[in-house]
Amino acid sequence: MQKTMEKSIEANPLNDPEQRSIIDQILDENKDLAGATMVVLNSLQEAIGYISPEMQVYVAKKLGEPVSRIHGVVSFYSFFTTTPRGKHTIKFCIGTACYVSGIEQIIEKAKQILEIEPGETTDDGLITLEFCRCVGACSQAPVMVVDEEVQGRVKANRFPKTIQDIKKMEANLA
Amino acid sequence: MAYFRSHVLVSVDPVCVQKGAYELIETLQDEIVKQGLVEEVQVLETSRIGDPETEGLDLMVYPEAVHYTKLTLDDVPFLVEEQFLKGRIAEQYIRETKKVVDEELSAPKTKEVRIVLKNIGEIDPLNIEDYIARDGYMALGKVLTEMTPEETIQEVLDSGLRGRGGAGFPTGLKWRFIRNAEAEQKYMICNADEGDPGAFANRRVLEGDPHSVVEGMIIGAYAAGASQGYIYCRAEYPIAVRTMKTAIEQARNFGLLGDNILGSGFSFDLEVRMGAGAFVCGEETALMASIEGLRGEPRPRPPFPAQKGLWEQPSNINNVETYSNVPQIILKGAEWFSSLGYKKSTGTKTFSMAGDVKNTGLIEVPFGITLQEIIYDVGGGIKEDKKFKAVQTGGPMGGCLPENLLDLHMDYEALAEAGSILGSGGLVVMDEDTCMVDIARFFMDFTQDESCGKCTPCRIGTRRILEILTRICEGKGKPDDIDTLRYLCDQINENSLCGLGKGAPNPVKSTLEHFLDEYEAHIYEKRCPAKVCKSLIRFEIIDGLCTGCTLCARNCPVDAISGERRQTHVIDPDICIKCGICEQLCPYDAIEIK
Repeated sequence: MQKTMEKSIEANPLNDPEQRSIIDQILDENKDLAGATMVVLNSLQEAIGYISPEMQVYVAKKLGEPVSRIHGVVSFYSFFTTTPRGKHTIKFCIGTACYVSGIEQIIEKAKQILEIEPGETTDDGLITLEFCRCVGACSQAPVMVVDEEVQGRVKANRFPKTIQDIKKMEANLA
Repeated sequence: MAYFRSHVLVSVDPVCVQKGAYELIETLQDEIVKQGLVEEVQVLETSRIGDPETEGLDLMVYPEAVHYTKLTLDDVPFLVEEQFLKGRIAEQYIRETKKVVDEELSAPKTKEVRIVLKNIGEIDPLNIEDYIARDGYMALGKVLTEMTPEETIQEVLDSGLRGRGGAGFPTGLKWRFIRNAEAEQKYMICNADEGDPGAFANRRVLEGDPHSVVEGMIIGAYAAGASQGYIYCRAEYPIAVRTMKTAIEQARNFGLLGDNILGSGFSFDLEVRMGAGAFVCGEETALMASIEGLRGEPRPRPPFPAQKGLWEQPSNINNVETYSNVPQIILKGAEWFSSLGYKKSTGTKTFSMAGDVKNTGLIEVPFGITLQEIIYDVGGGIKEDKKFKAVQTGGPMGGCLPENLLDLHMDYEALAEAGSILGSGGLVVMDEDTCMVDIARFFMDFTQDESCGKCTPCRIGTRRILEILTRICEGKGKPDDIDTLRYLCDQINENSLCGLGKGAPNPVKSTLEHFLDEYEAHIYEKRCPAKVCKSLIRFEIIDGLCTGCTLCARNCPVDAISGERRQTHVIDPDICIKCGICEQLCPYDAIEIK
């Protein structure tokens, strides 16, 4: 199972009042649910973007579970990450159909343009590259997922445009 | 309930969302408000309606069934005014488009019979009334008012319905086990963790006809005596999760879930639980561990889930497609259902066709159809009329079947006999340009990565196989590798705890059996017959075909291509990483693989 971004970031979401209240809300809403751990962790991953070691300790305390168990779950599932991802994530589907249709060429192109390996984030924290399991859009292979959007029939020479679009969008927001 | 004069359907499949479907919906709604049509026009979300390759957005207007295409948001005010305020068709927005409707699910082809897919693309999945209008929840009504649980089980048993997740266990029998188990709390679980790469039928059902699954589960719960249910859906399917949650909410509001369903005294409620990207959670005991909030590790059976399942209570677990079949069986009867199919496999099966076949997408055919019919009659044959090499069935636990097995009648038993499985119905078709050793390596890379690590044969065995296959693909294969692979395959299959480990060797075993010559070419001649394995090929530019357009040089990720404009270019073999981008892009087919 791959993990994103080795570079550790000092920030702790628990020290940020806004994020802290999101975390508390998620815990309060779900802590009495049967099998709450997965529900809580999924919600935290979605809302905060990652589950830091400090958050794991906090979740364990709130749910009355040993930290080892929470960490065991976090490390078992590939969707849970312990460090922040970049602002945007590009995932390459490495399912059978995408593999047969040449997703590897897109990955090579991405590595060339962004100068990072899948699993890493660009220095400006803008883009994270990842592999993902089959997203079930096999009839449009090869497929990549840009943030939440599934893009089908991607071609290596069109990849630079995807990056341009992301940068343009960021520039507009700024 | 409000009645609307007109309905606007906007496609919200991933491609259309990317093109701005939600912005279109918002703009439409704003404009409808602005023009005072709120009580007359309703905007609905639907699955795909147009050709996603077309530029711009499209929508359908009913009851006229007008299809407007290539719209921009700026067109909306005028369109709303013409179509809804003035009541005339805005001809200028009806533009010629290509005649492709849904690349994932096109109109049924001959030899197709649609039971599970019958509503998909036809109804608004986010509106329970659409489902009810097509006989939805009628089967539930029939079961609750006219049939005892035992009669329900008998009907399903008589229909011959078997688990569509791949194992093929008779569904009615499973339900009877739970019924007969003694416990206060029993659980009904839906396995929506469609992890097999190459399979997407369950996703389409969850996204396109969620209530058929909900209804099937309620009927099952009534038969089995369960009061709580869970739908375990993989995190890779966020739209499916959202659709199912909406469906459950609506069913609850209609009194079809919760206490005292339809006044029958029977109570049942449902919840969606999400996975987090672990393939092994498709295995039933691992799935239940995951619902419990634990690491998704399988445990030995017995005890079977029917005795001790979720939270140690008797639990029934069926696949999305299995549940989706149930309402139809109740409505049309066991006899109708069992009249479809072949030998001990009754009914239909959805297959997700992908790879090098002309018509990729979802199909539903009766059991017993041959692979030949599926690939050539329904699938339209191989892309670019290349030569068929193999079809991979059943995902990473399945096998690769060669040309001489194309007349195989598709059913659970025949596939198992041929060394593959039905699995979740993924069919990846491969043409002559596919290297079977590389494919075996690909699958082993997958299972090795997804092995949960609990038991040794799977954890270490798959890694050893992967190492050997990687070696062979790199041209470093040893003469006794084939024997070692066979030995490892048998050991892993016999000694692993769960289906993942037991099935993991299948891709290797089946390719060894049917494509041994390719392994031998790699090992003894250091040659990849399909010209795929990077260590065994090189790329060259053919003098005379190259026009010096520089397209390849500009796109080469490692700058291995050089040459003056309008002069034949050259690839430096020492720098080339054999990614194949140049070969794919060259407009003149001037790049040759040797």
